[in-house]
Formats: sequence, C-alpha cells, structure tokens
Amino acid sequence: MLKGMTSQRLLALFAAGVVLFNFPLLMLWDHEVQVWGIPLFPLGLFVVWAALIAALAWVMETREG
Amino acid sequence: MVAPALVVGVTLAYLLILFAVAYFGDKRAEAGRSVIASPWVYALSMAVYCTAWTYFGSVGRAANAGVWFLPIYLGPMLAMILAWLVVRKMIRIAKTYRITSIADFVASRYGKSPLLAGLVTLITVVGIVPYMALQLKAIASGYAVLTLPLGQSMATPADWWADGVLYMALALAGFTIVFGTRHLDSSERHEGMVAAIAFESVVKLLAFLLVGAFVTYGMFGGMGDIFSQALAQDNLKHLLAFDQGQPFAYSQWFTLTLLAMLSVVFLPRQFQVMVVENVDERHLRRAVWVFPLYLLLINIFVLPIALGGLLYFGVDTVDPETFVLSLPLAQGYNWLALVAFVGGVSAATGMVVVEAIAVSTMVCNDLVMPLLLRTRRFGERSGGDLTGLLLGIRRTAIVLILLLGYVYFHLAGNTYALVSIGLISFAAVAQFAPAVLGGMYWKGGTRNGALAGLLAGFVLWTYTLMLPSLAKSGWVSANFLEYGPLGIAWLKPEAFLGLEGMDNLSHALFWSLFANISAYVWVSLWQRPAAREASQALLFVDVFQRTSVAHPVFWQGQAKVTDLLHLTGRFLGEAKTERLFADYAQQVGVYDIGQIPADAKLVHFVETQLTGAIGSASARVMVASVVEEEALELDDVMRILEEASELRVALEKLKSLDHLKDDFMSSVTHELRTPLTSIRALTEMMQDDPEMELEQRQQFLGIVVAETERLSRLVNQVLDMAKIEAGHAEWHNSDVDMREIVQQAVNSVAGTCRERGIALQTELPPQLAPLRADADRLVQVVLNLLSNAIKFVPEGSGKIDVRVRDSAAGVTVEVQDNGIGIAPDKHAQVFEKFRQVENAAGSQQGTGLGLPISRQIVEHFGGRMWLASQAGRGACFSFFLPR
Repeated sequence: MLKGMTSQRLLALFAAGVVLFNFPLLMLWDHEVQVWGIPLFPLGLFVVWAALIAALAWVMETREG
Repeated sequence: MVAPALVVGVTLAYLLILFAVAYFGDKRAEAGRSVIASPWVYALSMAVYCTAWTYFGSVGRAANAGVWFLPIYLGPMLAMILAWLVVRKMIRIAKTYRITSIADFVASRYGKSPLLAGLVTLITVVGIVPYMALQLKAIASGYAVLTLPLGQSMATPADWWADGVLYMALALAGFTIVFGTRHLDSSERHEGMVAAIAFESVVKLLAFLLVGAFVTYGMFGGMGDIFSQALAQDNLKHLLAFDQGQPFAYSQWFTLTLLAMLSVVFLPRQFQVMVVENVDERHLRRAVWVFPLYLLLINIFVLPIALGGLLYFGVDTVDPETFVLSLPLAQGYNWLALVAFVGGVSAATGMVVVEAIAVSTMVCNDLVMPLLLRTRRFGERSGGDLTGLLLGIRRTAIVLILLLGYVYFHLAGNTYALVSIGLISFAAVAQFAPAVLGGMYWKGGTRNGALAGLLAGFVLWTYTLMLPSLAKSGWVSANFLEYGPLGIAWLKPEAFLGLEGMDNLSHALFWSLFANISAYVWVSLWQRPAAREASQALLFVDVFQRTSVAHPVFWQGQAKVTDLLHLTGRFLGEAKTERLFADYAQQVGVYDIGQIPADAKLVHFVETQLTGAIGSASARVMVASVVEEEALELDDVMRILEEASELRVALEKLKSLDHLKDDFMSSVTHELRTPLTSIRALTEMMQDDPEMELEQRQQFLGIVVAETERLSRLVNQVLDMAKIEAGHAEWHNSDVDMREIVQQAVNSVAGTCRERGIALQTELPPQLAPLRADADRLVQVVLNLLSNAIKFVPEGSGKIDVRVRDSAAGVTVEVQDNGIGIAPDKHAQVFEKFRQVENAAGSQQGTGLGLPISRQIVEHFGGRMWLASQAGRGACFSFFLPR
C-alpha cells in the first residue's frame, strides 16, 4: 500500500486535508473579514476544498515515471 | 402556485425520460457497446450521494447553522483522496469473489457467515428506512409548496388511501422494480440504471445551479450583495462564522466530517455504484477528483440561496428547506420552480432506485435465502428453476422497503428536519467501517469479533440515536430521555454514562463506534480464527497479490460435474449455466463440459458464480449440499497457501525465462539487421550506378565482404551460444597445457598486432601441470579476450600483456591492455549478451557475444571470468580454471 509515488502522495494529501479541515487550522479563516465581498470563512473553506481537488487531480492524472 | 396536474404531468414525463435513458443504456450494454464505460459517467453516478437531502436539506441547514452544511461534503472529499487505495481494493475484492453487496462483503470476509450477512442486512434496513422516508418527505413537501399558496402547508388527508405520498412511494417502487430487477445478473450490474443515475446527476446539478444563479444574480446583485446584506443584519451575521454557540464545536465538526467520510463509502447505494457497478477499476483514477468537484459545484450556491431566502422572506416565515422552490415562485417564475422541483425529484428518485436495489439484493441474498435454504421442505425440492423465486423476493423487498419508508415518514417525518433524518442513517452505516476496513487490512479479525462489534455498535446506535428520534416525534414516551429509563440517570440515552455536553450525534457516534471497534478488536484477539476465516482473510487482505493465475483454492473433497451443473442451473437458469460451463471448459483447456475435471478449482468457480446470484453464505451452503467436503483445518490452509506460492514462484521463473528469450530474439534480429542493411544499401548503389568507378566499387565490395563475414560470425556465435546454454554443445576434453593454448592464440593475432604497432608480450611460467578441458574452446576464449583488447588499445602505442599464473587450486590467465578502460559501473554489462559498452572510440565492430560465450565456456569448466578496470587506465580481463 505504501509502495509507489501515487500512494505516498495520496496519504500525504489526506493528512493535509484532515489537518486543514480541523482545529486549529480552521480558526485561521474564522475572522470578520471579507474578500471580494465574500466573508472569509466560507470562502476559505471553498478555496481549500478547490485546492485539494486540484492537488488530487494532479496526483491521479500524472503517471509516475 | 402551479396547477397540480402540471406538476404531476411534468414529473411523470421526467420519469419516462429517465426510463428511456435506462432502456437505452441496457440496450447498448447488450450490444456490447456500454455507455457507462467512462470515468465521467462513473463519477456522475457516484453523485447519487447528493439526494433530496442535499437538494433541499443543505439550504435548510445553511439557513439555520450557516457553513455547518459543509462537513457533509468535505468528508467525501477526504474519503476520495484515499479512494484509490481503499475503494480500489474493495472493487478488486468484490470483482474477484463476485461480491454484490456490503452485507456479502462482510459475511464473505469472515468465513462466509450467514449470521453476519443477516446482521449487516438488518442494520442496513433499519438504518436506511429513515433515509427513504426523507426522500418521500422532500418530494411531498416540494409538491405542497408548488401547488399551494405560499406559506400554507399540506393538510393530512383523512383516509390513508387518499394520501398522495403513498402512491408516490408505490410508483417509485414500481419504477425501481422495472429498473433493477428485470432479469437476474450474476454480477448484479445494472448498466441502464447507472446511465439513468448519471443523467439525473446532471439534471439535478444544472437545476440547482440555475436556481442559485437566479437568486444570486437575478434577485440580488451577486454574491457580494447577498453577503453584505446578511452581514448587516444581526440575526443573520452569525451564520457566516464558525461558532454557532454550540459546545465542543470542533469535535462536532470533526464528527460530521468523519461521518460523511464513512458514509460515502458504506452507504448501500454508494457501495452499489462505486464498487458493484464499476466497469473498470482504472475509472476510479479520474472519478476520485471529478466527484468532489461535482460536490463543490452543487454547494456553491447553497449559502447564497439560504441567505437570500432569509433576507427576502425574513427569518421563521417560510421553511428554509423549500427556498429553492419558494424563491422562484415568489418572484413569479413558476417554470423555474418547476425545473427546481424536477431537479429535486431527480435527486430523490436516483437515491431511492439505487438504494432500494442495493438493499433488496441484500435482503434477498443475505436474509431471506439463507432462511429459505434452511427449511427442509425447500432443500428437498431439489429440482426446479429458482431464478423466478429470486426475482420475486427482490421485488417484494423493494415494495416493502418503500412502504417502511412511508410508515417512518408518517411516524417521525413531520417533526424532523431532513438533515437530522439523514444523519441517523449515516451513523447506522458508519457501523460497518470497523468490520469492513479491519477485514481488508487486518488478517486477525474474526467472525466473532465482527459480530460482537456490529452488535455493540448497532445496539448503542439504536439506544442513543434512533430511540431518541422516535421519542422526540412523540411515538415513544420522552420521559426516559429526560430522566433515564426507570429513572436511572446515568443511562440517559443522550448522556450515556453521564457523558454530557456533546450534541446528540457526536455523542451517539462516539459511543457506538467506540463500542464497535473495541468489541471487534478484543473479541478478535480473544480466539484464533477458524480455518475458513483464516483462508478468507488471506484472500481479502492480499487480494492484489492473489489475482494472478496461481491463486489458492481453499477447498478439499469430492464433487461431480453434473451435480454442480444442475445446482448452478437452478439459480442462474439453464442457458446461462451452459454458457458459463462452456467458457470454463475452454479456460481449463478441454473441449466438452463432460470433460471438465471436478476439482477444487471447479467447485470454487461454481461457488463464485452462485455468490453473485445468492450471496456468499448461501452459495457456500448450496455447494456444500451437493459435494462431499472434507473439513478444512488451519494446517490445510497453510499447506494450500504454501503450494500456491510455490506454484507462483515457478510460474514467475518461467515468465522471466520467457522474457529473456524474447529479449534475446529481438537482440539477435537487431544485430542481424545492421549488417544486412548496409550490404543491401551498398549493393543497391552499385546496381543503380553501372558507371561507378572501379576503385569505389572495390571499396564497397570490401565492405560487403566484411559485413558478410560479420554476419556469419554472428550466426555461428548465436548457434554456439544457444548450444552451450541448452547444454547440447560438444566438448572434446583432453589434458591441455595452458601455455600452449595461450601461445597458439597469441600467434594467431601476432600479425594484426604488428600491423597496428601494438606491443604484445607474454609472461608464462616455466612449468605448468595440465588441465582437463577442451583445447579448441579455450583457444577461442583467449582469442576473444585478445581481439577485444586489440580493439580498444590506441594504434601505434598499444600494449597488451598476457600473463599465466599457476597456483595449487588452478590456473589464472590475465589479458591486460592500456586502452581506454571501462568504468566500474559498466563491468557487469560487458558480460551481457549484445551489450557493447559504449566508448569514445565508438568501436562497435564486435558481435556483442564474444565475452558472454567466453564466460559460459569458462564456467562450464567450473571456472570464472572477471574484469578489473577503471576508465582511462586500461582493462584487465582474467579467468581462472580450477584443476
């Protein structure tokens, strides 16, 4: 399971996702600030979410050499 | 307001379209041109995760708790990151052993236990009924919003037969039956259904985005406008922050994420589309990121719609769960409300169809069949085709499941928000996680452990979550919630053992999973697994290593082909069975079904086929009833495993030899082609140009002759090599004097050396005891080394020393040159066939076989050959022959 770049990258990405979506990193977004008129907290969650999808797409679509 | 007839008409028309899509999908599948064999369709079918709950409930939740609707979709994101590792393994296991439901997965892993299969099915049915009810409730309340004046709710009809929801439930059951149980498929795949689900996923996404865009950009001036208006109101502002005033907020957030993460894999419908309906496991590669992307898209407008609704209607006037319908209606956009309703219906039907199919398969294979097979009367009725019975059971199960959902809808549906109902189901299926994941990665998990874990988890789930939900609906006295059963305070369901302060979901999930995992682990560790559990554990945990040809079959005993044929026919139908057995016969290399050997492999094959139709536990019982089995002990399991791994080693060795042979052939052809090409090119030039000058012509002919000589040398060497390798070479052994051999070889190259100005020196001992060897072969070896050296020394200043050393053990011959040398990392390569180490001189005139042959010869006489050299310092090839 731990062999191969893809598996290792996925595990690392999973760990990153868990940490990003939980205490205490979640607190980083919880401020009364707006970016482009959108409150930071929901925006932050969506941005992290989109970034995880992009990273996952990258890991899955690049074949390991 | 929209006319009821129009709503019903549009809904029915939409269902007809769905049916047409499914029909098309099935037809294409029969024609062998699957429409669902694409990672995109696969990802869209996973989006069956988004039910009416997502469609209506998310907005409702967002209106009450702000961003707290999100963890339900962040969980799947995290789960999908690991899906390539975990779900792919599930798919491989399910495909290899024909597992068609999560109940069968668990049962099969723990020794094909019917008890376990039944328990998982029971948990699923109890756990999923609220979820079914949720879909009915969503459609019913959506219909009410569309057809009644704004703000008015549907009156409950006086007579049960006048309730439209009942007919809707029955219609959905009929729809599911037509979709999913038209015929029996031993792998439980429904291509048409998957096509329809993918289609409905597109519809619900587009409909939701349309409403979202309408609210955000039509009714308001974009996202920024909605958010700034919401922030300006004190009673809405808090929705945009994390803290909603609840204690243990972070742990609740974590709980919801974890719950969603487990549900996206373990909900019966998710297992169905992700594992059972999977066409090609490589599709997962793209689906794992497309599916979260879908979730992200469908959630973008949830907050704007929720806030927009609250801003427009004010708080506590209109049910937020219906905002997607009521907002367009309030603006007079009835058509948009109808589109949104179709989207909602789409989400609900998709869920109901897949869930009902998955659960009915479980009920049939894992609950009803094992019980039926146990009754004596049924067992004796050995003849007869049972496929009709199987389909009948499944159809009945579908109707019953939907009716149960309807009953629950009436019991509890009206008092509960959609989201709370859904979470109850999520917590139920999360109980499968320890047994399934543990079973996939830990060989030590046993049947008793899984049973204990599931039971403990299920009991606590019922006590801490299901019962309170019924009590709050007023169907059970709520006293025991408040004061504990019989007034015992520490047994209060929502503060079990005095654990207070957490929200009821986190509380229930903590206790149920804690009890589940503890019981699973400790009971598993208490006793050693039985033989069948151990063998299944091996098959599951090591599935990636065991899908090669040599995979072990854990069975011993005696069987008859006719009995097995007859048995399969009863469950799969005669025609299909004939076809399966004919395929199998071809696979094992016999012409006729009658010639199939009745061995463990055949028994395993039949059992696997039956597993697809009736579940692993029932298949086990049925197969055991027609064959004479010998009980399998743990020792037998180990023995079979060992035999299989020996077989695998042998197979791998054969494969690598085969590979070597292929390599050799391609190298030989390549080596032959080079001289042939140049011969052909030169002769063609001479043919085309009759007036070519004589000098040029002579030069060309010279090259042609040289190349031809190289060709024949190559062919001779290849033949030589092949002979030596195959052990067919002729050896004329006699007593030889190594000094004579070396001298003979040196004499034959002396001329060449003189021409090129190379100093050739020999250093021979005065006396040398004879060796037993083939003189001609040894001359060949020394000549090879010498001509090799000549190639690489500089012309004019070259120097080659040949030394012979004597020792008690044998004779060593060294050929030292002052050429360019060979870097140490290339030393091994020079002895490989056709491998000429590249060098600055670019000298490629050899065949690449001389050194390998020499080494073979030396090794034939028990000696060895090696090279000592560094780049730029010359090379020294040596060989040693023992006495």
